[in-house]
Amino acid sequence: MMEKVLLKNAETPDSHTVGAYEASGGYQALATVLRDYQPDELIELVKESNLKGRGGAGFATGVKWGFVPKDPALKKYLCCNADEGEPGTFKDRAIMEKDPHQMIEGMILCAYAIGAETAYIYIRGEYTLSIQRLEAALQEAYDKGYLGQRILGSDFNLDIYVHCGAGAYICGEETALIESLEGRRGQPRLKPPFPAIEGLYASPTVVNNVETLACVPHIVTRGAEWFSAIGSASGPGPKLYCLSGHVRKPGLYELPMGIPLRELVEEHAGGAKPGRKIKAVIPGGVSAPMILESDLDVCMDFESLAAAGTMLGSAGVIVIDDNDCVVRVATRITEFFAHESCGKCSPCREGLSWAVKILRRLENGEGKEGDLEQLDFLCDGIFGNTFCALGDGAAWGLRRALQHFRDEFVYHVEKKECPFH
Amino acid sequence: MTVESEVSAESGPRFLTKEMRKKIEEITGRYPTRRSAIMPSLFLAQEEYGYLCDEVLLEVAEALGVPEVWVYEIATFYTMFNTTPVGRFHIKLCTNVSCLLLEAGSLLSHLEKRLGIARGETTGDGLFTLSVVECLGSCDTAPVMQINKTYYETLSAEGIDQILEELKARPADGGREGAPA
Ligand SMILES: Cc1cc2nc3c(=O)[nH]c(=O)nc-3n(C[C@H](O)[C@H](O)[C@H](O)COP(=O)(O)O)c2cc1C
Ligand code: FES
Repeated sequence: MMEKVLLKNAETPDSHTVGAYEASGGYQALATVLRDYQPDELIELVKESNLKGRGGAGFATGVKWGFVPKDPALKKYLCCNADEGEPGTFKDRAIMEKDPHQMIEGMILCAYAIGAETAYIYIRGEYTLSIQRLEAALQEAYDKGYLGQRILGSDFNLDIYVHCGAGAYICGEETALIESLEGRRGQPRLKPPFPAIEGLYASPTVVNNVETLACVPHIVTRGAEWFSAIGSASGPGPKLYCLSGHVRKPGLYELPMGIPLRELVEEHAGGAKPGRKIKAVIPGGVSAPMILESDLDVCMDFESLAAAGTMLGSAGVIVIDDNDCVVRVATRITEFFAHESCGKCSPCREGLSWAVKILRRLENGEGKEGDLEQLDFLCDGIFGNTFCALGDGAAWGLRRALQHFRDEFVYHVEKKECPFH
Repeated sequence: MTVESEVSAESGPRFLTKEMRKKIEEITGRYPTRRSAIMPSLFLAQEEYGYLCDEVLLEVAEALGVPEVWVYEIATFYTMFNTTPVGRFHIKLCTNVSCLLLEAGSLLSHLEKRLGIARGETTGDGLFTLSVVECLGSCDTAPVMQINKTYYETLSAEGIDQILEELKARPADGGREGAPA
């Protein structure tokens, strides 16, 4: 089994305090970088590590940082995306509750690399313990001189502020996050311009996920080569996997990128509950289409899952066994997306609530002939035609559920009842 | 807690105390624009009053010197801002997929029956509001609910009964026991 990296302190008493973090080697990466690295050299190091963003899209982190203009006259911003709203996901919360300094050190390193002197942590408002721990950790970091003016005696200054979201899933999308931080409704912006060129307050901005940033100190202390040798070559590193649903041992597992999904579900999470069989698995939060049990040998990396018609997303692995109903699950997921649609574009706003109406009808035993074809039509009309990826994820997942489990849907229409409930 | 919202034009600000205004000023220092301070200011007000009546929204707009509509759109777009009164204990039950698979649906029916209210409603004594929310990010300990700021995990119907009894027995502390929510 892989040594723990991101969770190595998680079981230490007071792991959230600066003392515990320093005792485990924390903030040495920062000292090293401020002493030995130019900002560009740090960007190069992160590029060499081949770290890919853990927020869902899997974009190369070093490359993203490299897009930020070098002009010293331009103000730049860093936003840590701690909005973690993808159903099935609870990894960022673990980092923030158990080891917030790891992420903060990652933020300071990123800010140094891109030349930002102000950074925000956009965190979902429900995460009260994380918020409390982050506020306390930031104060400790200021007291120790890791934040503020002339950090560790260098010319580098940085302030970090916590900004609480208020229950809108869409604010996890990076441009909606920026809109929200500017004090507006969380609605995505058209890209381009990408945030790295014109983001927060019209300034160059990097948005990175909590787990992405938490990887950075380790890349500095142990080297890009060490990092890139862990797991999948195409997108390497340690990875947090969230296991939930119908498994014996739900929980958070740290394992290499690219571990086979079957190993994750059957060995680490203990497999199906007694007497049950796994029917389908959602590998990356509800935006990722479910796959069949027979496809569980797929590896948990960006490329392999894309080839399997789904995605790594947030690595929120939700297991569904043979005693539950896919129509029920698909209905609940579509209700979620319809509720969280920001309302900006009509395919997402209208299409999803229309799909919900039909799905609820099926669930209530009132399905009609033509309903499934209507759902197919809606999926086609939404997918690829929405302003941001929220609608795509919703339609993609529903379409795959309709394809994989057509018989269950047909049963609901024809028999006017659910075979499971 | 209910807050009367009528206020005569002459009586001036009633909801934002001097300390709150000071705190709001402090918050504006974190951002290059005052508009960015709307969300944190609304959280501050909600923490104090439990919900955001129109008068509070107007006072926040006035304190920040921003158009009222900017404040109003934030208060109504984001679900964590309550624009109507909520009970002393705001129960937020997750019914998203991981919780659904572990039968959060039957827990919702159970809560509705025990409290005698439907989702979205508040008990007559003002003690409990029952809301259904999306994933709380605690799916490995499903089913899950949050009451004010506290998470309650791996729930069962019996466990819920016990939690409700404990809350009912809790002496009112005059505050909101860690709202917002
Ligand atoms: C609807 C939607 C919701 C998203 N939610 C999150 C989220 O909660 N957390 C996150 O880090 N990224 C989320 N993302 C991805 C972000 O837009 C962005 O790609 C990410 O924060 C970039 O960070 P990374 O490069 O470190 O992955 C979401 C994207 C979409 C389309
Ligand atoms: S689905 Fe209920 S906490 Fe995530």
